[in-house]
Amino acid sequence: MNASSTRRGSAWWNDERSRELLFQALIIGVVIAVLAYLGHNATVNLRRQGIVGGFGFLSHEAGFEISPALIPYTPADSYADAMLVGLLNTLLVAAIGIVFATALGLIVGLLRLSGNWLVARLALGYVELMRNTPLVLQLFVWWNLLRISAPGPRAAWQVLPGVFVSNRGVAFPVPEYDPGFRWVLAALLVAILASAALARWAGRRQARTGRPFPVLSAALALIVLLPTVVFVALGAPFHLDIPQLGAFNFKGGVTVTPEFAALVFGLVVYTAAFIGEIVRGGIQAVSRGQSEAALALGLKRRHVLRLVVLPQAVRTMIPPLTNEYLNLAKNSTLAVAIGFADYFSVANTILNQTGQAIEAMTLIAAVYLSLSLGLSLLMNLYNRRVALVER
Amino acid sequence: MRSLKRFGFAVTAVLGLVWGDSALAGPTLDGVKSRGVVTCAVNTGLAGFGMPDQQGDYKGLDADTCRAIAAAVLGDAKKVKFIPTTTQQRFTVLQSGEADVLTRNTTWTLLRDTEQGFNFAPVTYYDGQGFMVAKKAGIKSAKELDGATICVQPGTTTELNLADYFRTNRMTFKPLVVEKLAEVENAFFSGRCDAYTTDRSGLAATRAGKASNPDDYVILPDVISKEPLAPAVRHGDDEWFDIVKWTIYAMIGAEEKGIASSSVDDALKSEDPDVKRMLGVTPGLGKALHIDEKWAYNVIKQVGNYGEVFERNVGSKTPLKLERGLNGLWSQGGLMYAMPFR
Amino acid sequence: MADIAHAALVRPLPQLYRWLRANLFATPLSTALTLLVLYVLIKVVPPLVDWAIVNASLTAPNEQACAARGGACWAFIAKWYRFILFGRYPYSEQWRPAVVVLLLIMLLVASCDRRLWGRALVLLWAAGVAAVAVLMGGGVLDLPGVDTDLWNGLPLALILAVGGLALGFPLAVALALGRQSHMPGVRAFSVAYIEFFRGLPFITVLFMAAVLFPLFLPPEVSIAKLWRVEVAFILFLAAYLAEVVRGGLQAIPRGQYEAAAALGLGYWRQMRLVILPQALRIAIPPLVGTFIGGFKDTALVSIVGLFDLLQDVAVGTNDPSWRGAYIEGYAFVAAIYFVFCYAMSRYSRSLEARR
Repeated sequence: MNASSTRRGSAWWNDERSRELLFQALIIGVVIAVLAYLGHNATVNLRRQGIVGGFGFLSHEAGFEISPALIPYTPADSYADAMLVGLLNTLLVAAIGIVFATALGLIVGLLRLSGNWLVARLALGYVELMRNTPLVLQLFVWWNLLRISAPGPRAAWQVLPGVFVSNRGVAFPVPEYDPGFRWVLAALLVAILASAALARWAGRRQARTGRPFPVLSAALALIVLLPTVVFVALGAPFHLDIPQLGAFNFKGGVTVTPEFAALVFGLVVYTAAFIGEIVRGGIQAVSRGQSEAALALGLKRRHVLRLVVLPQAVRTMIPPLTNEYLNLAKNSTLAVAIGFADYFSVANTILNQTGQAIEAMTLIAAVYLSLSLGLSLLMNLYNRRVALVER
Repeated sequence: MRSLKRFGFAVTAVLGLVWGDSALAGPTLDGVKSRGVVTCAVNTGLAGFGMPDQQGDYKGLDADTCRAIAAAVLGDAKKVKFIPTTTQQRFTVLQSGEADVLTRNTTWTLLRDTEQGFNFAPVTYYDGQGFMVAKKAGIKSAKELDGATICVQPGTTTELNLADYFRTNRMTFKPLVVEKLAEVENAFFSGRCDAYTTDRSGLAATRAGKASNPDDYVILPDVISKEPLAPAVRHGDDEWFDIVKWTIYAMIGAEEKGIASSSVDDALKSEDPDVKRMLGVTPGLGKALHIDEKWAYNVIKQVGNYGEVFERNVGSKTPLKLERGLNGLWSQGGLMYAMPFR
Repeated sequence: MADIAHAALVRPLPQLYRWLRANLFATPLSTALTLLVLYVLIKVVPPLVDWAIVNASLTAPNEQACAARGGACWAFIAKWYRFILFGRYPYSEQWRPAVVVLLLIMLLVASCDRRLWGRALVLLWAAGVAAVAVLMGGGVLDLPGVDTDLWNGLPLALILAVGGLALGFPLAVALALGRQSHMPGVRAFSVAYIEFFRGLPFITVLFMAAVLFPLFLPPEVSIAKLWRVEVAFILFLAAYLAEVVRGGLQAIPRGQYEAAAALGLGYWRQMRLVILPQALRIAIPPLVGTFIGGFKDTALVSIVGLFDLLQDVAVGTNDPSWRGAYIEGYAFVAAIYFVFCYAMSRYSRSLEARR
């Protein structure tokens, strides 16, 4: 159905191109009409109740407290600040979730393919259980377990010196900030860049002369040693901010709340089951001939997986993996069910405090759509780099 | 073409199914009359105010207020439909038109009255915000709560007052914000929070209804804000607003005149002109409100006057054991004052 | 004689031994893993069995009595299972939602039978939907009417998911075809729709439909919350199903399109007779996967105030006698979801294996 047939003399309603134009005009017309009708109703309804439109409310005082907050935030800050705090929480959960879910998923996928019958069956059981029960139910179970299993702060378990586990969360010490840390961080950055350059050089040398270079060990050494040297040179300014039991909670250090832990655990464990299946599918899709040829060439078993099978498997895994990452980011909105202040919860609270339903919903939709688009874009860039170049 | 026709048929069938469940009506009063029920947004389960019993019937002060409105408008207090809502859903449910009136222990504030587009009927319960703690924590005053974890529901004046109170007193706290009432109560009773804050009537209701041993928990004496709880309706419908407003006044006025559900039939024979106007013996008031002349009679007979409703739901014989206090009649030192029925 | 008997006894043993060696103790790493797993199992399984079976109580008046025995409180399920499954549906009429559940399951099972694919299936679905509407809603045939607010629990989950699939699927096919279309207007609209609904979390769509949608209707019109949520499911599922159908369409070689065009078939005839039957057949496994996801998403509707299985458990544990029995309640609900989803995933896997 490509060429349009404009035979001289045929009526306009039989001409394919004009029919198509009419059809498109009709569809767009209907969509616009429906949207206009809905919009008109909403405006009338809101105006009748005296609710003023517009985004001006964002600069009003928020008035409510949010915990945990990654940036300094008080109830005197504006609604826009509150939304930012929620957004950072969502991004944190998504970032941590993606990293750990991938790691766990990789392990699960490999375990599924293990020759050990017991291990493979257990992995199968885990995957089936996680995939066939709703995530919200799993989150409730995790949340309740984390809440009721630990005692109150007065009777907290001290698992390591300075690390306390109670039903308020896990409190652990963090190093206090010292101006010298900037140099240490700079040294770390330099070490990372140097490792990347080293990897590039080593790859080129191997392509030219065939001599391998232990890039991983060298990079690791660099990343660990350089900042340590700088740190020691600055006089080792290391003071730990240790949690102390106050009247009610632990002051100092960092406390990871049960809600945050439940959300992250739940998301990681759930998504890892799906990623495990993707990894398994990807590895099984690499033809057996590849691993047989690699073995025939004399490569050790562990090198076969790392150097031959996985790189090829990764190529096919990227699109479904992208999907799972997006799902994880979107599932983080379930925080609203267990009391974690993610972006959706905060926006929801603002919606109720101000009554600006349409504006709040627009902001929510905009943020999540941008998040999805951004993540897809990133993954597509990576996909393009590893994809096979076809004729 | 045939598949398109089949598709069209399916769409029409679905639309028919969907629209068959709805009804066409005018503004709120017309809508209520044509639907035959008054739809009220109530709490998901707060003892004494809005809580379903074993049979799923809603009991409580707010539920009875809703029944009073139904008795006034439709003549039958049973013609009600309750929509349980969380704190986050209650306003949108009223705003969108799904509910006719919000009877859900909601505080009357300026912003809600103006920007959010609601009108508040007379206060049915004058309350204040307080804190509940476990007795074994040994806390005697809210000023000792510096650094505590405090359970609160989102989207409430409670949340805002809490932040203000701690800011004014230069204390800090960690909020635990949970939307579902059952969950936030669980969090407090399991020890996840040190204190629970909401209206003191709500604290009493939670303690009476959910604590395994109510005596293990104490409500601190500090009252950190005013919380006048009143029913709310949408802006832009004066007719409905007047009906809801005067239903409440009828209940208070009846108690002022000493008329209860058991004595209202005798009151019909009263010579007091005020009573005759209120009960519709002298016609005119019902017509002014666009409802039946016997509206106040139906309210008192089927639901009761304010005192009866109070005692039945939150009074001394109920587990909540709340005193009349500010909620007594003005002639007895309280704030309940009915406007003149003429 | 004894030798033969002895040989018969001895022979199975090496087989087991060989199997163990190959599967559990093949390499040092494998052996270590096996020992680790066995250790964990020994530590975890006996206490679990104690809690769930040995010390559990099937008949106890309240939760304190169960706690006295120290085991699981299955008595809570025994007492409340009808409320968990059917919610606030009038007690005497609960045979109707039970029949509806069976009917929907049979519909789903019948859809798996290849012999019915075609007009018979469409008629079967239409009849099924009508029967469900009549049984649940009542009002005709001497069945007392039941408000949609009272359609709770398992029938609610099935109605939402199956309805979303049934009505979302035609929309999805239209969108998938639209996305492939060479008409820029249609393609733009399809892409915008699909990307919009796939980019949003389901909770936000639910919220918008259940809570905000009435704002967009004129004040005289009101649509019951169940139908608003159903529309949310339909719109949302349609976007995901559209991508699945698109995958199926892309797997068809171009030769099929060209041959159909060469035969003189118009666009819709091509689709209906040549392309779609092949594409849909390929797309069935991921389609079932999407439906499983949709069915699990029905657990979220309690957040917008509908009484699904989880909310029913919450109401049940609100009862002072059963306050702490939520673990047993969750286990029951998890088992229900697991049974349905596992059955469906096994079906889709058997389809993949067949091809």
